[in-house]
Amino acid sequence: MNALLSVIRRDLLLALRRKGDALTVLFFFVIVTSLFPLGIGPEANLLRKIAPGILWVAALLATMLGLGRLFAPDHADGTLEQMALSPSPFGLLVMGKIIAHWLTTGMPLVALAPFLGLLFDLPADALFLLTLTLLIGTPLLSLIGAIGAALTLGLRGGGVLLSLLVLPLYVPALIFGAGAVEAQIVGLDASGHLSLLAALLALAVFFAPWAATVALRIALE
Amino acid sequence: MSNRLINWFKYASPQSFYPLAGRMIPWFWGLAAIAFAVGLYIGFFVAPTDFQQGEGYRIIFIHVPASWMSMFIYCVMAFWAGLGLALNTRLSSMMAQALAPTGALMAFLSLWTGAFWGKPMWGTWWVWDARLTSELILFFLYLGFIALTSAIDEPRRADKAGAILALVGVFNVPIIYFSVQWWNTLHQGASVSLTRAPSMAMTMLLGMLVMAFAFWMYSIAVALMRVRAIILEREAHTDWVKQLPEVQGAR
Amino acid sequence: MLTAHDLACVRGDRTLFSGIEFSLAPGEWLHVQGENGAGKTSLLRILASLSPPAAGEIRWHGRSIRELGADYRAQLIFLGHHGAVKEEFSPLENLLFAAHLDEVPLCRQEAQAALAAFGLRGREDLPVRFLSAGQKRRALLARLAVRRACLWILDEPFTALDVKAVAMLSALIERHLAQGGIVVLTSHQSMPLPKGKALSL
Repeated sequence: MNALLSVIRRDLLLALRRKGDALTVLFFFVIVTSLFPLGIGPEANLLRKIAPGILWVAALLATMLGLGRLFAPDHADGTLEQMALSPSPFGLLVMGKIIAHWLTTGMPLVALAPFLGLLFDLPADALFLLTLTLLIGTPLLSLIGAIGAALTLGLRGGGVLLSLLVLPLYVPALIFGAGAVEAQIVGLDASGHLSLLAALLALAVFFAPWAATVALRIALE
Repeated sequence: MSNRLINWFKYASPQSFYPLAGRMIPWFWGLAAIAFAVGLYIGFFVAPTDFQQGEGYRIIFIHVPASWMSMFIYCVMAFWAGLGLALNTRLSSMMAQALAPTGALMAFLSLWTGAFWGKPMWGTWWVWDARLTSELILFFLYLGFIALTSAIDEPRRADKAGAILALVGVFNVPIIYFSVQWWNTLHQGASVSLTRAPSMAMTMLLGMLVMAFAFWMYSIAVALMRVRAIILEREAHTDWVKQLPEVQGAR
Repeated sequence: MLTAHDLACVRGDRTLFSGIEFSLAPGEWLHVQGENGAGKTSLLRILASLSPPAAGEIRWHGRSIRELGADYRAQLIFLGHHGAVKEEFSPLENLLFAAHLDEVPLCRQEAQAALAAFGLRGREDLPVRFLSAGQKRRALLARLAVRRACLWILDEPFTALDVKAVAMLSALIERHLAQGGIVVLTSHQSMPLPKGKALSL
């Protein structure tokens, strides 16, 4: 447990020393969401209807943008090797890295989402639900993304490949996340979506770090 | 008992599997050809014209078996890949890689014929029907597998990384399928489903099953040919490959 | 006691080496030699249990390292090419984090003392990216003094070090061997250390 906390603390400190990286992801999120009204037109009703989908897709792309930095710098300078050689379980350390990644990319997205929702004139309860789905959903995105990031570690064109591997796996999260908000806007009960999203998160917490760890060991061979 | 075990392991080595596969390929081609002939005959001449959908529905004799095969091949591929990862057997991993292009082809066929079916039925090339959408995502999963394994130069790393992706994918396919279904009912999408024709006649089902068998045999034949090519490529430096008549003839 | 039996390494369809045999008793060290691309680093990575050998087996005190797993990893330290030193962190932060990873209790004063012994006094809190290549190596090697590992696996430990630092590292290795440690290293320099075995790839 000590090793896990130390990895989280180290990665947070590292993010603090390189604020630019985390901020880029946030700016990307803001810019992508504000491009949609420009492409579609300023009609308030239409925008309100598609807002959950847009915000979710933007959050998904922003998370993916940050995945490239999840393992690659540590792989380049040999830290990942040292982690694999540590007496502490490698899986625990990988979990620490995923948690730190979520704290530096996922959580800021969640905090920013309600403000971006205001741009689309979402009602207060929809804003709340949107934030809640992202709060459950972004850790899920980080967990699944970690598998893809580990598999493409050190490959040519890894970034494009990463999106090809990870985006199809993001589909259920997108459907349940954006679906919950849409359901509520049209007056349906959103609790089913929410519990399914939470179930997916529980599954991913269990399996994804393990799969990512195996993939990392393969990449290190 | 122990004798049979040894026999199985004997064929798990690329060297002894290569000639065995060579002997099996013509048989699977033959079975595929017969089944295609019978299935297409049933599909075009025996099966009655659908009173609602006219002659256009006959494309399901391609569409449905292709969809079945695309899902089935993904499971088989994940099985071989997982076996290769767990037991460290090279041949199983090669088998998984040999299956991937055929699976992708099946998924693509299913999408294409789905579009052809959609145009006369719904007047549009594409509907966001639950089955078509999950088929599309399955197609992406195949492409991801192929792209990942071909991006890694070291064959053993490619095998193992591909295996993890295939296993993650095979657990996700039901989740994706379920989520797409859920999404579709929420949005009241297309109510006509491709496979739920109002009254499926017995001959139609029979035709589909024969066609599915044909696709199955075809997939095995093609996968075996591809696995032979992969074996030659990877074992090119070994003596037994250098002594093969087809290799020596090419020199 | 580290023994290697019939080790082989294959990269792509090229066999880098095969049939490698050696055994090291406490106090002995192995100098792995060979041209660039002969597989020196690959051999060290196999010995460190980072990658599995294509054939053969490595035993630590008579037991296969694959069975030992974390117990083996707890007794070795592997310093590779890259250094595992974060540019954004100071040598002190790097050393403290490495100690956390190694599960070695290390307080600030001890870490500072170790860095001072490697000639980094006054630079403990400077981000590593402001240090020279040699100083960066020194920050990395300070781990050897802190970590109580029995088996040292060092890939080119003398690169970028000046004369003084080379002498310091040699003395450190000598002391480790005198205390019954085992060292495997690659180096282009000849090593004036007793009880050395050489392995040419």
